[in-house]
Amino acid sequence: MAEISREDVAHLAKLARIEMTPDELDHMALELDSILGAVKAVSKVATSDISPTSHPLEMTNIFRPDVVKPSLTNEQALSGAPAKDEERFKVPQILGEE
Amino acid sequence: MTSIFSTASEMASAVANKEISSVELTKAHLDRIKDTDGQVHSFLYVDEAGALEQARAVDAKVAKGETLSPLAGVPLALKDILAQEGIPTTAGSKILEGWRPPYDATVVTKLKAAGVVILGKTNMDEFAMGSSTENSAYGTTQNPWDLTRTPGGSSGGSAAAVAAFQAPIAIGTDTGGSIRQPAALTGIVGVKPTYGGVSRYGVIAYSSSLDQVGPFARTVLDTALLHEAIAGHDERDSTSINAPVPQVVAAAKQQDVKGMNIGVIKELSGAGFQSGVLARFNESLELLVAQGAEIVEVSCPNFEYALAAYYLIAPSEASSNLARFDSMRYGLRVGDDGKRGAEEVMSITRDAGFGKEVKRRIILGTYALSSGYYEAYYGSAQKVRTLVKQDFEAAFSKADVLVSPVTPTTAFKIGEKSNDPVAMYLSDIATIPVNMAGIGGMSLPVGLAEEDGLPVGLQILAPVMQDDRFYRVGGTLEAALLSKWGKPILANAPKLGAK
Repeated sequence: MAEISREDVAHLAKLARIEMTPDELDHMALELDSILGAVKAVSKVATSDISPTSHPLEMTNIFRPDVVKPSLTNEQALSGAPAKDEERFKVPQILGEE
Repeated sequence: MTSIFSTASEMASAVANKEISSVELTKAHLDRIKDTDGQVHSFLYVDEAGALEQARAVDAKVAKGETLSPLAGVPLALKDILAQEGIPTTAGSKILEGWRPPYDATVVTKLKAAGVVILGKTNMDEFAMGSSTENSAYGTTQNPWDLTRTPGGSSGGSAAAVAAFQAPIAIGTDTGGSIRQPAALTGIVGVKPTYGGVSRYGVIAYSSSLDQVGPFARTVLDTALLHEAIAGHDERDSTSINAPVPQVVAAAKQQDVKGMNIGVIKELSGAGFQSGVLARFNESLELLVAQGAEIVEVSCPNFEYALAAYYLIAPSEASSNLARFDSMRYGLRVGDDGKRGAEEVMSITRDAGFGKEVKRRIILGTYALSSGYYEAYYGSAQKVRTLVKQDFEAAFSKADVLVSPVTPTTAFKIGEKSNDPVAMYLSDIATIPVNMAGIGGMSLPVGLAEEDGLPVGLQILAPVMQDDRFYRVGGTLEAALLSKWGKPILANAPKLGAK
């Protein structure tokens, strides 16, 4: 049985906010299935007695003094904006019309 | 006579001694780029004006008799994944086309302060996802040794620029081998420093627990000089290590490996490797023994699962990191017709702006992190990471450094693996475990494979923050190889350009 179906990929694409054409979905499902077949080997050795490593360095809570330092100006921060309105990012509507 | 074929350290001392001006040196490299980049396509952007301005500033310091830093006046190629203020920075992606960062990465700040002349931004696989530069949205880079082959990736543009004498030094990033593999495939030196050794501030993130910035050059000493120029703690990167930088320049000059134990990783030195790669690897071991080193065999049985774990961890982190490309604050925005909502515009933009491999990894990562699959995939991959770290710890208890070939084969043909993601992933089989454990490693050119005449790289690894050890071994072996060959390896590469 396939590890991942076309419908799964469509759902994941929606979660990842990537609109995909039917063709892309078909392709991606096949490719992901072959990749997942190759990577599922990890579960063979990952027994419950092994603790996970999320990061190469064992560091926690790096602190620094809470001092204001120079940062980007409004103009700099907006310099790459696809659209702006005075001193703000201009974005498409985020709520319905009502 | 100083020329584009000189080493970076020769160039720096020629500038300091007024034998050549930095402006002349920079112009010679800009001419070389014009002459050869039609063939190689290393660069996505050449900043002629900015480079000459920096060169003039160095020349003014020389005229005033000021003390210069060791690489002052030397031109450099910068991977297009590092933010440079005012200079187009794309990470090889359409989604960032035209973006000019309002700030410098810490590495760029350090290079500028050291008087290094940044020539421009180099080509790469989109968001550093790939091993050939074929995933760049702006065309593939060609290997200077054979223009029908890839220079490797993802830092293929930086490696090709150094191998093609367009720049003596370059910056790359290495998440699973993206400095070491292209260095091996183009016959130059490349180093992935210990994780946390170089600041990641201003480096567009792919997989934050694996990404590391590092140097490329044509000699071990030049690589060390660049390493020292960019390394060190940065409070803007909370994962950067607050400890003294390893003494890599001194180690590169040491020229002595007597009594060192060189560990040969059993699992990475036999089956699956091209015969010419293994021949050069074994010859390197003989040379090290002749220099007084001892060879011990070590076993890292869990490395066989590292590749699989990497292709779960890196895509998982990428799916989160690349969420920032949302068409709202910078970069591409497509489909904003005044009627569509933000989420729809976001989805249309991300479809238009991301290439195939990037989408593949985002979807894969989203899957590996989703409820119901998290334990089986991401959770298991993190456990493999523990096992890989333990394998390294056991190996380093028997050896000062570990060695293997960098890649299973020499440079492959453009197009050969581009339709088979799993085959492409296999080219990083020897480099990936290193990133999983956070240790550092060097790729050193050790000759040409007999069957195809293409360069072979030796990977030399050391424990966390002991990067000086691979410079010591690399520098010694480099000298032994040079006296054996009588000329640098790049003297065997075909002539490029019209001049």
